[in-house]
Amino acid sequence: MIAFLIKRLMHAFVVMFVISVISFAIQSNLGDPIQQMVGQSVPESQRAELREELGLNDSFLVQYGRFAANALQGDFGYSYFFNEPTTEVIQRHLPATLELVIAATLIIVVFSVPIGVYCAIRPRSALSRFFMSVSIIGISIPVFLTAIMLIQLFAIGVDFSPFPVETGWGQWLNGVLSTEGGMPSYGRGNNLTHLFGTWDSNFFSLDGLTYLVLPAVSLASIMLPLFIRLIRAEMLEVLQSEYVKFATAKGISLKRIYFVHALKNTMLPVITVGGVQLGTMVAYTILTETVFQWPGMGLMFLEAIQRSDIPLIVTYLMIVGLIFVVTNTLVDLIYGLVNPTVKLTGKPA
Amino acid sequence: MTTTTAITPSRWKRFRNSYLVYSFKRDWIAQFCLAIFLCILLGAVCAPWLAPMNPYDLTQINILNSELPPIWVDGADALFPLGTDAQGRDLLSTILYGARVSLIIGFGAVMLQALIGVTVGLMAGYRGGRIDAFLMRLADIQLSFSTLMVAIIVGALIKAVFGGAVYSDYAVWLLVLIIGLAEWPQYARTVRASVLAERSKEYVDAARVMGYRDRRIMFRHILPNTLSPIFVISTVQIANAIISEAALSFLGLGMPETQPSLGSLIKSGFDYLQSGSWWITLIPGAVLVVLVLVVNLLGDWLRDVMNPRLYKG
Repeated sequence: MIAFLIKRLMHAFVVMFVISVISFAIQSNLGDPIQQMVGQSVPESQRAELREELGLNDSFLVQYGRFAANALQGDFGYSYFFNEPTTEVIQRHLPATLELVIAATLIIVVFSVPIGVYCAIRPRSALSRFFMSVSIIGISIPVFLTAIMLIQLFAIGVDFSPFPVETGWGQWLNGVLSTEGGMPSYGRGNNLTHLFGTWDSNFFSLDGLTYLVLPAVSLASIMLPLFIRLIRAEMLEVLQSEYVKFATAKGISLKRIYFVHALKNTMLPVITVGGVQLGTMVAYTILTETVFQWPGMGLMFLEAIQRSDIPLIVTYLMIVGLIFVVTNTLVDLIYGLVNPTVKLTGKPA
Repeated sequence: MTTTTAITPSRWKRFRNSYLVYSFKRDWIAQFCLAIFLCILLGAVCAPWLAPMNPYDLTQINILNSELPPIWVDGADALFPLGTDAQGRDLLSTILYGARVSLIIGFGAVMLQALIGVTVGLMAGYRGGRIDAFLMRLADIQLSFSTLMVAIIVGALIKAVFGGAVYSDYAVWLLVLIIGLAEWPQYARTVRASVLAERSKEYVDAARVMGYRDRRIMFRHILPNTLSPIFVISTVQIANAIISEAALSFLGLGMPETQPSLGSLIKSGFDYLQSGSWWITLIPGAVLVVLVLVVNLLGDWLRDVMNPRLYKG
């Protein structure tokens, strides 16, 4: 176990090292810090002096060493645009993204487990087929398009007057969907509850929660079908296994077999995949936050690209890289701990 | 040799009698999906002849025609069946041309992924040892970062290095490159897994005993036997590449508005959503969803049919 732990940690360090080298290469090759500091009017001789003073003439390795040492102390330089340390800019934007991810994860967990289990227990029922078809449609809709459709339906409202109002469903559609000025679809709103530090939360007031609904649903929409399909597939496999048959033969109630015996072994691979999918979620926050102008890290990253704010881009890359590496390592370690059949140090089969 | 060729039926006949075609004939969803896919493909390929207007030709665009609704909404102009966008371009023509761009990028990116991924997978699976460990570790790391994230970062960096103008000039090639580079690990892993299964079979030993070089064994002997998983993931990858392209374009890291793909059309319409011009966004969006959905459904069907565990002979 110790050997496995050390191996995984070494692996994580190597990956982090590679990320930092790439980030540093970006930082040192893009943009001229002297230009940013002094502008056009300073003569070349002074520029050269400043260059020497700041150590920009040192070799790549020396400069990288300085960069890495600063980075380890949490100093990633100043953002060109905000004119404050990049770590502070990120700290300000991090809570919004985290809340979005947490809300989306809640939606995914609450819906995917029961639906996935149901589709596995009754694979041929009409409802399962309906869920499976909806899920493949869900996979095929890009997340930003889901977001746009939600905005059109619930924020802008749809005029359903061409539809027959006399029929029940026409009336229902008109009532539900064409509400004027419906759900908020822009930013986080003003009713935030201050928790601590830079963390203002949307979770603690009804008004704050309404701002969270559409972005969170959009973000969840891409993962939910994946997880439903995954849970269904895993559960179907588990239900075929010997121990489930044995439990049935012993006369244990079906409910207990499904939800205690089978579900436990279903969730194991699901949790691993879930950990890995967290990375994909970070990528999708960029899209979701752009559509809803949600002031999180994804939107900040995209704006930094448009403003060529290199230090901020680099800091974002390093921090997102760190999040990925930490989650992947944790998932591997947990999997190694929980699943006794996994080969710890040997080569993968 | 001549006697055997006389007995074996022609390639076309073998294809027609294959299990693939047999199950296709019995599956109406697959037929329906293929029909829609071919329609979109035909529309995209023949866009210059089918489209009523050329969205790239500025002389045909009149700004006075901007934001006209589609024909079934009041205030529409019969000249523009699906309405016009904010620059006065006919939406139907722009969608046809846009689907063309999206499909070119989708297919191009998948071809690049397959080229890199198959080569890496063959090398890793056949050679094994240190090369295998290194290449697969690389693939694992890249996959753990999620392909979309890699594509966004690479796109952002290229844009930052070369500037927006150069980026839009070469956008098609850059997108093929970015999406191709971001997704090769999928192919590499799939190919490697099948190569590992094939490598220990007798025909490979036979070829080796006959003194063939490694490259010939890899590409002429092993590769043809790993084709079915490659086909299966190719369909899914085309759908993914089209979605990735749309996502990158939506973020402003893709096709410029002067040469719109489906994604950049959606993006350009999004700014006008609040003013009530929903068609600029939602009609191209619907085309995109239908395109991706039919490709995904075809991929599902192909996986069910070609699954080596189920497929006999």
